[in-house]
Amino acid sequence: MATGTQALSNRATDARPAGDFDRRNADWYFDKLIAGVVFVCGISAILFVLGIFFFVTKEGIGFVFEKMDFREFLLTPYWSPSDAEDPEYGILALMAGTASVTGLAMLVAVPFSLGAAIYIAEFASGKTREALKVLVELLAAIPSVVWGFIGLVIMNPLLIKWFDIPVGLCVLNAGIILGLMAAPIMTSIAEDALKAVPDRYREAAEAMGATRWQVIYKVVLPAAKNGLLGGVLLGVGRGFGETMAVLMATGHAVNIPDSIFDSVRALTATIAAELGEAVVGGEHYQVLFTIGIFLFLVTFIINLSADLIVRGIRKG
Amino acid sequence: MNTANPALFQASDLNRHNARVQRRYRLLFGLMTLLLITPVLLILGTLLAKGGSAISWEFLFSAPTDGMRTGGVFPALLGTIWLVTVALLLSVPIGIFAAIYLSEYAGDNWFTRIINLAIINLAGVPSIVHALFGLGAFVLFFKFGTSILAASLTLAVMTMPVVIVATRESLQAVPPAFREACWNMGATRWQTIRRVVLPNSITGILTGVILEVSRTAGETAPIMFTGAVFFTPFLPQSVFDQTMALSLHLFVTATQVPGIAEQVPFGVALVLIALVLTMNSVSIAFRMWLRGKKKW
Amino acid sequence: MVDVASPAPLADASQQAVAAVPNKLEVRNLTIRYGSEAALRDVSLSIREHEIFGIIGPANAGKTSFLKAINRMDVFTSGMRVEGEIHFAGRDTRRLNNVYALRSRIGVVFPLPVGLPMTVYDNVALSPRLRGITEKAELDVIVQRCLTRAALWDEVKDRLNALGSLLSGGQQQRLTIARALSQEPDLLMLDEFSIAVDPVTTMRIEDVLKELRQEVTIILVTNLVQQARRLADRTAFFLGGECVEIGVTEDLFTGEVKDQRTRDYVEGRFG
Repeated sequence: MATGTQALSNRATDARPAGDFDRRNADWYFDKLIAGVVFVCGISAILFVLGIFFFVTKEGIGFVFEKMDFREFLLTPYWSPSDAEDPEYGILALMAGTASVTGLAMLVAVPFSLGAAIYIAEFASGKTREALKVLVELLAAIPSVVWGFIGLVIMNPLLIKWFDIPVGLCVLNAGIILGLMAAPIMTSIAEDALKAVPDRYREAAEAMGATRWQVIYKVVLPAAKNGLLGGVLLGVGRGFGETMAVLMATGHAVNIPDSIFDSVRALTATIAAELGEAVVGGEHYQVLFTIGIFLFLVTFIINLSADLIVRGIRKG
Repeated sequence: MNTANPALFQASDLNRHNARVQRRYRLLFGLMTLLLITPVLLILGTLLAKGGSAISWEFLFSAPTDGMRTGGVFPALLGTIWLVTVALLLSVPIGIFAAIYLSEYAGDNWFTRIINLAIINLAGVPSIVHALFGLGAFVLFFKFGTSILAASLTLAVMTMPVVIVATRESLQAVPPAFREACWNMGATRWQTIRRVVLPNSITGILTGVILEVSRTAGETAPIMFTGAVFFTPFLPQSVFDQTMALSLHLFVTATQVPGIAEQVPFGVALVLIALVLTMNSVSIAFRMWLRGKKKW
Repeated sequence: MVDVASPAPLADASQQAVAAVPNKLEVRNLTIRYGSEAALRDVSLSIREHEIFGIIGPANAGKTSFLKAINRMDVFTSGMRVEGEIHFAGRDTRRLNNVYALRSRIGVVFPLPVGLPMTVYDNVALSPRLRGITEKAELDVIVQRCLTRAALWDEVKDRLNALGSLLSGGQQQRLTIARALSQEPDLLMLDEFSIAVDPVTTMRIEDVLKELRQEVTIILVTNLVQQARRLADRTAFFLGGECVEIGVTEDLFTGEVKDQRTRDYVEGRFG
């Protein structure tokens, strides 16, 4: 058995001493430093989400604890915050506005974007598919204020002409705008979900003589079900939280709609329209932040469920 | 060979039926795609037709006049450039580092999942809630006032997921074998990232950054109460000034200015769309060029 | 240093015969687990300075895990746990402040060739650069020397600026070896290097290894028993996470074996 000293003297090729296994050099410390920096940035997303919740709650919490009557807040449709004598803060009508517009938008967007996603992912090929994908991506990039402007100056006169109604800023207008706006995003997500189904499933089914449509219907859609549902939910979240487009296209009237031609007002739009005139720290200001808390919580739940549906079920 | 039964390869009724069904669905979904895209193209065409006449060098490079009823968009355009630049200075480094953490350091565990959930939420929280956050945190709590800084911080927090997601994707496109080869030579994690991973994903990251420019430029609600104003006669001199912005300017000219010449808001909309879509197209073209270049 | 010498030598007849040669690597009671599954159980062996040590065995024998443990890749592999002791050049590798320094002295060649997506030149210059060498002239010398030693210089000397990842498979494998040599390693570990290489390249690489044994210690993991027979001085037979047998290579084929499974494997009755 050799001793350590003999081993050292025999090592002809090795000029470096064995001790440097213990010497931490600049690279070692720099690596540790970067690992720390990168970790802090990595958790920044969590910090920001907590920060959003904290600051929105901080500004709105005074109203929640001191004056808010949950029943009145959630279940009455009377919203008149600027009434000096007896301001009323019922968001039922605002919720109805948001719900009706989002609901109609989804009615428009869900079938069309699923159909488009199936066409792009499964039927189209080569140049057509590339072109369609680029087009969908570009459509998804149009800013919401532009959509609002379209609702205001293009859809509005069109609806007045087609349906012979006095005002074209209504549930229908905002629903179509929001639907057109959400559709490209949902198409992209749905297409990703379809693409995530491994090709060997398709090949196995086609090898048994199934047509393309049979493959889609019997194999691809069931396999992509969760992804598609997650995409739809994210679309609902987008529609629910959309601000500028609904501010400009709904008509902005506090109202529980009877028909799609009624003007309504959405939760998000209310904040956008009134925050500027509310006194910082005042009751009206706090109520608007309370609506913000409500919006944050609802979208949080929607996003969480989308995530659970897409990934949680798979991972168990 | 000659003994093969020719009937074997002839379509049966069932085959023919299946083929018919298939064609029908193909047509249906193709039509749906068309119906989704055509109206938008028509709308964009209308915008172009109505706003095109407003666009000129003078429109781009002069200030609004006559109570914003006439004149150009220069202060708003410049303000948007300020807002986007400051927002990106903040969100791009943090976003890239966050993506490096997620792709190169984080394990596949509950903690990583929470970070991913936070990113999804950051992108999914309504923009007006981001505005409330920006007002509560940056304008009031940190006392930046309504300023470019406060607005850009708000925009940065809101649009950071774009950079994170794009960067993470392009980092993960670098095969793990390259990292392992590098680690086995005694490179630290950071040396590996710096010398092998980043050089091969930098163009993909750039694609994400361009995309973020486009997203940031189009946002309206988050800047309404944090730094952008309807009108100011002054151009911003520092990040603590207020500014006009293109997106808000469209909202203002479309809804708040009575008696405005019709083509002015159309022109503003056109400039905004052109800005956003150009950025997106550059990003897409970049990505396609990248895909054509094979490095392994 | 002293504690390396103190433990009793492993009960291995062949080892006592040449006890004058110092050990480069000593492994004692090495067990490797992934989660609750053991990939390697209680392996003890020692590898001498300047020998080619072969490791043969079928898939899932724990050969690759063994190499990973030596190079301390367990810290970068989630779920991998290593028990036991590994002494390299007299140092316990489980207790090092700087594992990167350890890895920089161990060259590794993988089953699938990995030409990094940078130029051929940069591939070979990477390790020197990591060590802090920046001078062009010095790097030039290293690059040429390593590529020559790896029997690749003549083929690539005119296109050192080509992407290493776009060379042919056989060239990439020799590039990987040149890169490993640029580390000036004390120990070279090859993991089934011929799996994705044509027979001609395999023979060229084998010749390279025969020359290299003068300067470095080599661990050759291979699924080809004849390759071990051609190259290795001593060979260990791994099976299902166990080290079944260690001996002078030729003995495994013709001499006494302790375990019948060894003979069955080298004669191709299973695996």
